[in-house]
Amino acid sequence: MSASITTLTSSTFDETLQSASTPVVVDFWAEWCGPCKMIAPILEEIAKEHDGKLIVAKLNVDDHPDLARRFDVMSIPTLLVFQDGVAKKRLVGAKGKGQLLQELDEFLAPTSR
Amino acid sequence: MSDVREVIIIGSGPAGLTAAIYTARANLAPLVIEGEPSSTSDQPGGQLMLTTEVENFPGFPDGIMGPDLMMRFRDQASRFGAEILTEKVTEVDFSTRPFVVRTHDQTFSARSVIVSTGAQSLMLGLDAEQRLLGHGLSTCATCDGFFFRGQEIAVVGGGDSALEEAIFLTKFASKVTVIHRRDHLRASKIMQERAFANPTLEFLWNHRVTELEGDTKLEGATVENVLTGEQHRLGVTGLFVAIGHRPNTDLFARVLTRDDAGYLVTAPGGTATNIEGVFACGDVQDHTYRQAITAAGSGCMAAIDTERWLEANGH
Repeated sequence: MSASITTLTSSTFDETLQSASTPVVVDFWAEWCGPCKMIAPILEEIAKEHDGKLIVAKLNVDDHPDLARRFDVMSIPTLLVFQDGVAKKRLVGAKGKGQLLQELDEFLAPTSR
Repeated sequence: MSDVREVIIIGSGPAGLTAAIYTARANLAPLVIEGEPSSTSDQPGGQLMLTTEVENFPGFPDGIMGPDLMMRFRDQASRFGAEILTEKVTEVDFSTRPFVVRTHDQTFSARSVIVSTGAQSLMLGLDAEQRLLGHGLSTCATCDGFFFRGQEIAVVGGGDSALEEAIFLTKFASKVTVIHRRDHLRASKIMQERAFANPTLEFLWNHRVTELEGDTKLEGATVENVLTGEQHRLGVTGLFVAIGHRPNTDLFARVLTRDDAGYLVTAPGGTATNIEGVFACGDVQDHTYRQAITAAGSGCMAAIDTERWLEANGH
């Protein structure tokens, strides 16, 4: 996995989101989910291209079903965008890069937050 | 835009990628515009991306996972020089030569085009559908089954895909009801036998779903007996839809000849469409067989037809 993507666990989840100075996109995914695999390289590109403005993090729902339940994730991939530790936006289902960037646009303002 | 390609392949399921392997090996340097990720079967790799174990593709005696099989198709096409673009075609112009194919932000031109855009899942057509999709309502058992551990859920449909999903979902759910509008299944014998032998599966014959409950997530569904009109409620928290497919031919609506069901019409025994130099293969032109192996076979036919057509037309 690329260095620009953070892997979250139950023990790092809250701290990472609270301490982030930029919006954090959390990708709820699993190994057995085809559409999740399709968007993984797109998320890596987005993370690289918007380094410093956006953090992309992954959460494996197989390993952390508690967190999936806590955020009512019932379908993957689900992307949750957090700002100051609060979930601001939910994107359910795989999407192409153009569409994803459009959805994330409001969080990518030059002087974000 | 001076760069005119020999062939552009639109779509990347078994048909498109087989056409890519063959045209690449024929030195036609194909460009495959594979589509964009989605959680429906309208995505790179096509319908197999949403399936689990594929047991009937020759050459894999122990079965293979659908997405893995498609990854292999893709790697094989790349190995011979097929160029693969992860974008969606938004417009085609087959009235000029070379043909023009556009994506969101790029324009390509090609002497020939192979259409292999496949088919996508039909939905129920209910009001709450958009709101609840991904919140209990699903078209992808392999993606979402996991979230229904210990819950009561239902699958709508009576074909092989419906039964495959239903059987897969019994790994997680405490009870899976298959809702089917007829009193018998369309699915293959082997799938029927497996389904009937599964103690977690129940069948609700002659019923259809008429209403979905729940604001932010699915809380239940109303079903109606199609013979008596009698309705009752099912307290399901998950509903998986597998009621069939429709061909992805909207792009070609006024250009290529389609049949009443929207499938592209090809010449008998071949892959030629009504426009010379445009060929079609796979589920987009096949409402009879609809198998990965028949799609792949017709992809090979389209590649050979394309190669011969290009040769005959002096390219």
